Amino acid sequence: MESFTPKDSDSHPPLIHPPYKSSITRSPTEEPIIVPQTITELTGPKFNPSILPEDSYDLTNNSRNSGEPIGERLIVAGRVLDENGVPISGVMVEIWQANSAGKYTDREDQHHAAVDPNFLGAGRTITDEDGWYRFITIRPGAYPWGNHANAWRPHHIHFSILGKNIMTRLVTQMYFEGDPLLPFDPIYNAAPDDARTRLIAAFSLDLTEQGFALGYRWDIVIRGPKATPFED
Amino acid sequence: MSYEKQTPSQTVGPFFSYGLTPQQYDYDYSDLATGDLVADGIQGEAINLIGTIYNGDGQELRHAIIESWQADSMGRYAKMGLMETFSGFARVGTGRGEDPRYRIRTVKPGRVDQRQAPHIALTLFSRGLMHHVYTRLYFSDEEEANEKDPLLQRLPAHRRQTLIAKRVEAENVIFYQFDIHMQGNQETVFLEF
Ligand SMILES: [Fe+2]
Repeated sequence: MESFTPKDSDSHPPLIHPPYKSSITRSPTEEPIIVPQTITELTGPKFNPSILPEDSYDLTNNSRNSGEPIGERLIVAGRVLDENGVPISGVMVEIWQANSAGKYTDREDQHHAAVDPNFLGAGRTITDEDGWYRFITIRPGAYPWGNHANAWRPHHIHFSILGKNIMTRLVTQMYFEGDPLLPFDPIYNAAPDDARTRLIAAFSLDLTEQGFALGYRWDIVIRGPKATPFED
Repeated sequence: MSYEKQTPSQTVGPFFSYGLTPQQYDYDYSDLATGDLVADGIQGEAINLIGTIYNGDGQELRHAIIESWQADSMGRYAKMGLMETFSGFARVGTGRGEDPRYRIRTVKPGRVDQRQAPHIALTLFSRGLMHHVYTRLYFSDEEEANEKDPLLQRLPAHRRQTLIAKRVEAENVIFYQFDIHMQGNQETVFLEF
């Protein structure tokens, strides 16, 4: 049976990262047990694009009540690739984010900022045959949190990726090029030095649409099939 | 040879509910997957997985989310997920009330191959977790199969029990209790593949 590349520990944050306070008691202290890949890990849920409503990729449209959401319109697009650079089609990409004021729809968000009745802040799409996803959304605002004095999360969009099998699962956050808050954010900085810039979307004039929205490009790399047969 | 490097994981954060588990948390948005996999006509024994997740201070984890992946009662994995009668994929939050627990209604999976005991793969996400963790749920009433399971055999004996869900029957409803301990003497075994 085909086998998949392992989790690359040089690319991911350590589970316990003390500057991010809630990681201290919520993350395992024992090393994970490495076990062989079986049919359980080599399979996973697959999704037919027909299950998604047509405007599910357009967060400026999928939850209107009385008009357009407030904020700067963005197109966020990119490809989902494996480590060999092969684009992956059929990947379920889900996003959720704060509105332009830095406020989440989640009722537990206590930030004193306006809710936008025309912006839920969640969307879904499935990558096409060349591995592309594309969302239309609003630039999320920065928001304060309680981790340390004067702590603000950089502008970001949460991403959830369901690929070919459960081993390729990824939940992450996309940040924006040039955000002055990045150097101060313990979550972004938990990712290793050489890896964290992979979380940053670049402004793209190619993706920008005249008279409509600014484009940002962000590619996502997940685990993929091993290039050589597994020997054991 | 790898040409591209993996995109780093980041925490799911505290505010995923309206995006990932909207119906459970009462938001007006569709669900990709729910905590109830038992539809009419599904074969097999209906069971309820239930459990609390504890942090290192012994506190119950709110803001956590569990995804389960399993075969049907005949040991077959769905090929097209939600398009099939039994998708095998559930997603639930632990809730935010007084009793933060996850609950999944499903059927007991059959054996997926000759060697492995029946099991369900669990993936856990939470605020404070920088990368999701994987574990597996096995069944307390499958003692004989568990004895021979290659994954369970690999574990130090004192930690094996952390992967065995306890069967409880109450008024003809079958529960499997499976608590998860992120840290401490009962720390659950987490897996990498
Ligand atoms: Fe966030």
